[in-house]
Amino acid sequence: QLSIFRLTAKRPFSTSRSSVDSEEIKKFQLLAQKWWDEEGEYSALHSMNDIRVPFIRDTLLSMSSNYHLGSPLSGIKILDVGCGGGLLSEPLARLGASVTGIDPLEDNIRTADQHKSFDPVLAKRIQYKSSSLEEIVEESMETFDVIVASEVVEHVADLETFIKCCSQVLKPEGSLFITTINKTQLSYVLGIVVAEKIMGIVPEGTHEWEKFVPPEELEHLLESNGFSVKTVNGMLYNPLWGSWSWMESTSLNYAVHAVKSGAQGQSGPTDALSETDIQQHSATAGTA
Amino acid sequence: SSAAMAAARGRALLPPLAPLWARPGPRAPLRAAAAAPSQPLYDVVVSGGGMVGSAMAAALGHDIHFHDKKIALLEAGPRKEYDHMPDSYSNRVSSISPGSATLLSSFGAWDHVCSVRLKPFRRMQVWDACSEAMIIFEKDDLDDMGYIVENDVIMSALTKQLDAVADRVEVFYRSRAVGYTWPLPSHSCDTSPWVQVELADGRRLQTKLLIGADGHNSVVRKEAEIKTIEHHYDQSAVVATLHLSEATDNNVAWQRLLPTGPIALLPLSDTASSLVWSTSHEHASELLAMDEESFVDSINSAFWSNINHSDFIDTAGAMFRSAISLLKPSGTAVRQLPPSVAKVEPESRAMFPLGMGHATEYVQHRVALIGDAAHRVHPLAGQGVNLGFGDIACLAHHLSAAAFNGSDLGSLKHLLKFETERQRHNVSLIAATDLLKRLYSTRLAPLVLLRTWGLQATNALPPVKVRI
Repeated sequence: QLSIFRLTAKRPFSTSRSSVDSEEIKKFQLLAQKWWDEEGEYSALHSMNDIRVPFIRDTLLSMSSNYHLGSPLSGIKILDVGCGGGLLSEPLARLGASVTGIDPLEDNIRTADQHKSFDPVLAKRIQYKSSSLEEIVEESMETFDVIVASEVVEHVADLETFIKCCSQVLKPEGSLFITTINKTQLSYVLGIVVAEKIMGIVPEGTHEWEKFVPPEELEHLLESNGFSVKTVNGMLYNPLWGSWSWMESTSLNYAVHAVKSGAQGQSGPTDALSETDIQQHSATAGTA
Repeated sequence: SSAAMAAARGRALLPPLAPLWARPGPRAPLRAAAAAPSQPLYDVVVSGGGMVGSAMAAALGHDIHFHDKKIALLEAGPRKEYDHMPDSYSNRVSSISPGSATLLSSFGAWDHVCSVRLKPFRRMQVWDACSEAMIIFEKDDLDDMGYIVENDVIMSALTKQLDAVADRVEVFYRSRAVGYTWPLPSHSCDTSPWVQVELADGRRLQTKLLIGADGHNSVVRKEAEIKTIEHHYDQSAVVATLHLSEATDNNVAWQRLLPTGPIALLPLSDTASSLVWSTSHEHASELLAMDEESFVDSINSAFWSNINHSDFIDTAGAMFRSAISLLKPSGTAVRQLPPSVAKVEPESRAMFPLGMGHATEYVQHRVALIGDAAHRVHPLAGQGVNLGFGDIACLAHHLSAAAFNGSDLGSLKHLLKFETERQRHNVSLIAATDLLKRLYSTRLAPLVLLRTWGLQATNALPPVKVRI
C-alpha cells in the first residue's frame, strides 16, 4: 500500500533503489513491524479491507460466469502493487486467488513473508517480491488477470508511467483496481491535518497533499492509456468507529475499477459500433 | 504496543482518551507457543460434542463459504450409534423453539428429527401454586409454539448431518482437550499465531479459531481466564418419563410454580409426558428414592393441590381478575386442566443440580464461547438449549460473512459483533429467568400478591406476552 518510489525532476528514471528517498525509507522501516497490529498504526488500512475486498470480489464475480462461492477468486492471478505487509494480499488469497505482492521496501516484504508463512494455504498462494512495478514488467508481460493498487498512486511520482506499466502486465480485458485520495481542500483538512497531525489515524508525514490525485485526472490518464473506467466510488472513514463506508462524493477517498481494452487494440464497447448499428448501416446502404 | 492493545474497544479514538473507557488489559491471556508447523492446522476447532458443539460444527460444515475450510470437532466421549431409537422415551428432553428449528433445518437436521419423533405443542400454561393466577402462552395463528424433542433424537440428526460433510468436518471421538496455549494478539517472528490444543493422548492440533462448547464447567473458558458470574441454586432438577392416566391431545406444556420450585410437564405423545421438577436437593433425593406409586402421587398432588392457597390471596386475586374483566373482557384466561399421571417409566428417574452462570466475555482473540460455556440458566424458562442454538445462528452468520470477505477467522472484529448481539439478547433473558425463579420461591404474601397481579396483568396484555 505504501510503495515509495519517488522521482524528483532532476534525477533520471532508474531502478527504485536509487530513486527512493532514504528519509522516506527510514520512516517506513520503523513501521515495518507494525503492519499486523490491527489496533496499531495501520488500523485504518485493516478496516479498509471491509469495503475494498468485497468491492474487488463482487466486481470480479459479476464479470465471471464460472465461480464457486466457497472459493470465489479461484483461478485468478492478482498483482498487488505496493503490498506493504500483505494486508490486502492475504484476504484475496484466502478467497482463492494466486497473488503476487510487490513492494520496493525489503522490510515490508520480509514482514509479509513471515506473516504468511504460518498458514500453508497462504504460503502457497502468495508470492512476495521486493521490487518496483517497472522492474517486473519485462518478465510479466500480460501475465495478470487483475492488478490492485490500493493506497499507492498518491505516492507515485509519475502516474502515467505507472499506468502504462499496469497495462503492460495486465492481460487484455484484465481489471485494474485503484483506491486513493482526492486532491481537494477537504482532503487537505481531513486527510492531512486531522488524520495525520491531530488524530494520528495515519502516521505523520505519510502523505503529501501535492501528490493526491483527483479522480478526473486519474480517469483521463486511464482512458488515454487503453483502459475503460467502469466504476468510481467515494469512500468515507469514520474515525469514531474505525470503519469505512461508501459514499456518493469522491472529495476524500475513492475507489476506481477500470478494464484494459481487449486484444487488437479495440476500444471499449461504448466506442464500438453495436451490432444493430452495423445492420442498419448495411441495410440502408443496400437500398440507397 | 500495550497502549494499542488496551484500546481494543475504543481503538479508533484519540490515543489519550482511549484508555479511560477501554477494557482493562488485552483481550487474550498471555502464553505464547513456539511455532510448530508440523501440527495439523484447522480453520475452526469446536471443543465439545454435545448438542450445541455438534450443531455448531454442522452449521459451519454446511456453509457454502466454508467449502474449502478445515473444521474439527472434539468430543471426549465415544461415538454413539443412534440407528435404533428405543420405543421408550429418554428422560432428557428439550423444548425447542421455532427459531431453533429453523437453525436445525438450515443444515438439514430438522427433517431427520421430524422423521424420528417429536411433539409440537400449541400452548403453555403457567400458574402459581399460591393463587389462582395463571398465564397462557399461545400463538394467534395455528402455528406451533415449540417442540418437545428428546436430546438423543437431536444428537442423532446432528451426527447424521456431520457425517454428510465428513470431508470438511473431522470429528475426534474419545478426544478430551487437556490444555490450550494462546497466541499473542500481535505475534512476533518465532511465536505461532494460532491456538494450540493438546489432547489427552498427547496429540496436538492448531487452529485459527477455537469455539468452546464444552458446557457450564467449560475448560476453554477457564483456560482463557474468562470470569463468570455464577450462582448455584439450592435446587436440583428431577427428570422422568411419565405415562398419563388417559390418552389426550396433549399439546400443552404445563408448568406450576411451587414455592419449592417449578414443576413442568412437557408433552411427548398422546400418552406420555416428560417431567422436569426443580426442587431442593433433599426433596429431589427423596423423590428419586421413593417407590413409583408415591412418586406418581407426589406429582399429581403438586399439580392439583391447593394447599398453598390462602383466603387472603384468593380474594385479592379474584378481585383483580374481576377488575381486569371489566377493562378487558378477553383478558382472563380459561383454565385448562393438566393431565393426571398414572405411572412412571421404570428406570427413568434422574436428578442433576441447577445453577445460573454468565461469562463476562463471550470472545477473545481467536476464542469464542457458545451454549452453556457462555451462559447457564434455570430450566423454568425452557430456554437453555435455545440460547445455545441462538448463539450458533449468530456466530455462524458472522463467520460466514468473514470467510466470504477473506478475513482471518479468529479476528476479534467480527467476534465482538457476535458477543454484543448475543449478550444483549441473553443477559435480559437470564436475568429475567433468575428473577422469576427467586420471585416464585416464596410464600410471603406481599410477593405472592405482586406476582399474582403481575401474572394476571401480563396475561391480559398481548404486547408483553408476545415479547416473552
